[in-house]
Amino acid sequence: MCGTCGCGSEENGPKILTPTIGKEKHGHDHGKNHSHAHEHSPNHSHGHHHDHDHHHHHHGHHHHDHSHGHDHHQKTVLEVERDILQQNEIMAARNRGYFDAKDVFALNLVSSPGSGKTSLLERTLKDLKDKIPFYVIEGDQQTLNDANRIAALDVPVIQINTGKGCHLESDMIHDAVKKMSIKNNSVLMIENVGNLVCPSMFNLGEHKRVVIVSTTEGDDKPIKYPDMFHTSDICIINKIDLAPYLDTNIEELKKNALQVNPNLVFFEVSATKGTGMEQWYEWLEQNSKTNPDNQ
Amino acid sequence: MHELSVAMGIVKIAEDETKKAEAKKVTLIELEIGKLAGVEFESLDFVWPAAVKNTVLENAERKIDMKEGLAQCADCDSVFEVEHFYDSCPKCGSNLKGIIQGKELRVKALEVV
Ligand SMILES: Nc1nc2c(ncn2[C@@H]2O[C@H](COP(=O)(O)OP(=O)(O)OP(=O)(O)O)[C@@H](O)[C@H]2O)c(=O)[nH]1
Ligand SMILES: [Mg+2]
Ligand SMILES: [Zn+2]
Ligand SMILES: [Zn+2]
Repeated sequence: MCGTCGCGSEENGPKILTPTIGKEKHGHDHGKNHSHAHEHSPNHSHGHHHDHDHHHHHHGHHHHDHSHGHDHHQKTVLEVERDILQQNEIMAARNRGYFDAKDVFALNLVSSPGSGKTSLLERTLKDLKDKIPFYVIEGDQQTLNDANRIAALDVPVIQINTGKGCHLESDMIHDAVKKMSIKNNSVLMIENVGNLVCPSMFNLGEHKRVVIVSTTEGDDKPIKYPDMFHTSDICIINKIDLAPYLDTNIEELKKNALQVNPNLVFFEVSATKGTGMEQWYEWLEQNSKTNPDNQ
Repeated sequence: MHELSVAMGIVKIAEDETKKAEAKKVTLIELEIGKLAGVEFESLDFVWPAAVKNTVLENAERKIDMKEGLAQCADCDSVFEVEHFYDSCPKCGSNLKGIIQGKELRVKALEVV
């Protein structure tokens, strides 16, 4: 369990579901399918009985230099030097290889809950789906709501419910992708769990990471949650239709974001009103065509 | 907070390595964590007991080597300490920088029996 966002407990692992528009399917399959490799029973036999042929006469020959600790309580130091997130990185690299081989342009959409990830997707898919084949993976802790919103547009979508998990990981994407038959030369949109902190550390194998921040969130989000802005390539400022009613200063917001990451590219949009979407579409069309080797 | 995922990653490495070495359990684990790695130390402490329960790490002592954040300015090349990603170069004020230390997140060593 985690104090900040309530993530935790290995109990209910992620579930991968297909949309059932209208009918909310409560998949109460307490399938205990959490797969932590604990199959390591404490009393697994150590090779204590070295019944090799060469006997251990204690004044033995010098060639016998593999030192199996004859003292059973001897401590050994293993210089491991392994990256803790290496498992996620390996699977992300596999995903990336798959995307590249098929010329699938993959985007990872991240934001706080409610910034408008799904709204942006809905608008984008509606306007571009006749030009570009889209696939969507929806990540949420619970419900099929977002997948159903996408499925209503006749775009192939898979929902991942992370349970208590507060972010998507690359193996979940791997499993979800296996359930879709993605066509070559398409765009895969991955909507991460609404959370401006945790998803930043987990590479999914995407080509570009898109952080969405809405005007209602104030202009200091980038410096309060720098990791996410630091790891993103694109920053979409959403809900600009509401800006006149708020004290949020969009220029200040951009300045803060650039301070964290000078390479960010911005789009200012209203996903619901459609304002500013053209520039974003242009970028998307261009990047989905040119083989994304610019990263 | 992804600290549970981080802890599970640590457990996985410890289980793998202990098995490879045909050892029984870990008595000491040494971690290297950068201050810019995105890990909350309190959250890691919080999830640790649950994550290591019934694993080779259950009774292991944990040593954390914290790495300060260091960056090199892309404009004037000076190397400076950073506490946040938004810290700018103290010499020339530029925001363009490469992080050269502080993002480490690794298991350095295990002492096993
Ligand atoms: N006024 C206005 N409202 C918007 C805009 N974009 C989204 N909204 C509203 O904001 C609310 C949340 O939008 P969603 O698209 O569900 O947000 P989300 O980021 O997908 O949320 P989670 O998946 O729960 O993290 C909805 O009520 C939207 O109608 C916008 O551009 N302008
Ligand atoms: Mg959503
Ligand atoms: Zn979390
Ligand atoms: Zn400088």
